Amino acid sequence: MKKNKMIERAIHGVFLILGLLTVGCVLLITIYLVISGIPAITEIGLFDFLFGTEWASTAAEPSYGILPFILTSVYGTAGAIIIGVPIGFFTAVYLSKLANSKVKAFMEGAVSLLAGIPSVVYGLVGMLVLVPAVREIFDIPDGASLFSAIIVLAIMILPSIIKVSMTALEAVPKEYEDASLALGATPVETYFRVSVPAAKSGIAAAVVLGVGRAIGEAMAVMMVSGNVPNIPSLFQSVRFLTTAVASEMSYSSGLQQQALFSIALVLFLFIMLINATLNFFLKKEKD
Amino acid sequence: MSDIMTAKDLNLWYDQTQALKNVNITIPEKSITAFIGPSGYGKSTFLKTLNRMNDLIPTVKIKGEVCYNGQNIYDSSVDVNELRREIGMVFQKPNPFPMSIYDNIAYGPRTHGIKSKVKLDEIVEQSLRDAAIWDEVKDRLKKNALGMSGGQQQRLCIARALAVKPKILLMDEPTSALDPISTSRIEELAIELKKSYTIVIVTHNMQQAVRISDNTAFFLLGELIEYGETEKLFSQPVDKRTEDYITGRFG
Repeated sequence: MKKNKMIERAIHGVFLILGLLTVGCVLLITIYLVISGIPAITEIGLFDFLFGTEWASTAAEPSYGILPFILTSVYGTAGAIIIGVPIGFFTAVYLSKLANSKVKAFMEGAVSLLAGIPSVVYGLVGMLVLVPAVREIFDIPDGASLFSAIIVLAIMILPSIIKVSMTALEAVPKEYEDASLALGATPVETYFRVSVPAAKSGIAAAVVLGVGRAIGEAMAVMMVSGNVPNIPSLFQSVRFLTTAVASEMSYSSGLQQQALFSIALVLFLFIMLINATLNFFLKKEKD
Repeated sequence: MSDIMTAKDLNLWYDQTQALKNVNITIPEKSITAFIGPSGYGKSTFLKTLNRMNDLIPTVKIKGEVCYNGQNIYDSSVDVNELRREIGMVFQKPNPFPMSIYDNIAYGPRTHGIKSKVKLDEIVEQSLRDAAIWDEVKDRLKKNALGMSGGQQQRLCIARALAVKPKILLMDEPTSALDPISTSRIEELAIELKKSYTIVIVTHNMQQAVRISDNTAFFLLGELIEYGETEKLFSQPVDKRTEDYITGRFG
């Protein structure tokens, strides 16, 4: 008996340590980012850093304004959401309610595969296929642009939107749908007027998850966006918050390197905000 | 009293399993018809053939006819949604939508194209009055229906069914999830409603059938064993199996 209890306690302890390991990592990253992100901001000035429109880190008189990156990340994410959410949402409704079991199994497999493709592959295909196509179709000098990045991001966020929305839609009690059908509503009316409203917190969570995915993506967008720190416009080369850090870190030093940490800190705050929103919706879904 | 629904040689299969065998029955209008019998022996299945809710189960196969006002409802020309509007249903477990009391009642009329606020207000009030729940909810129409008690939810579901002005109300063990007081309120309500509607009720409770129904049908193993006036069926059953069931020898 006593031995059993000891083993129980030991196992409990091991699990606790493993759990704390994760928490420790998050804590460490947060502290590290805050400590290394603050100095550049104090030196440059919070306002000039966040709202400066020019990023020239290697110029003789360097300038560290990250507004172009912030706006690019915000526009890029918004664009991906505007394109990706309707497609993902309707796909989720179709798969969870209308599709027959064979079509559903096939398409769900495809969606899972889409989720599993590494982002560098998205970037590669985008670079070789999408970017030249955008250049041809819109007759612009360079296809590597915010527009191309938006298209790639929209496709990349589809799996999370589809899967999370589907889970929410499938959790809607069948009794609600039966009640609607028994009142003479058609199946499609039932799905949109009863099932979707009943699943709305879950669908909102899916959208927020998509936002998180899009804003945090670096590799794929770096390969299709041209990576130039312009104030963003749709058909111009742009640089995101993520790619700003990734593209200069390897050769940076001094204030420039510190400023890159500050960019990472800004990105981190964005992600925190998105996570808080996500938790809010997930909690609501549970109630 | 004229007959509003008739089933002729109705057979139903779930995959290979036959759940209904040659059911023949006529249901008179503006009366209460009760289906009794042990659980799992076809009464609910039969009830759902009357508004084609069984269509939603892909493995179901049906042979035979169900006529509503002389028209076979399984005919390909029949509009199922229109049929279900005229033949409403109340389910075993109260199932209000997760929306306000008002929106629950207005859901059906809105589905059928009524947009006028004045008209909707009128229908909501009338339906809630008819379901004897208006006085309890009139001050909280905008509150979520899921906050009501089980008995109130079931009367709300009856009101919701009445809001699309059906001719027939099918009730699938509507009181099985309710306490005795809520049950008796639903029973009183059913008796009141038969002045204007035809009611078909499935019940596992024989006393309930005796208390409220005009006619009773006894189902066993997918067959309609005996059907007739409630009083007669319970006092002088013709079939030995009916007698065994109502005297409590099985079930």
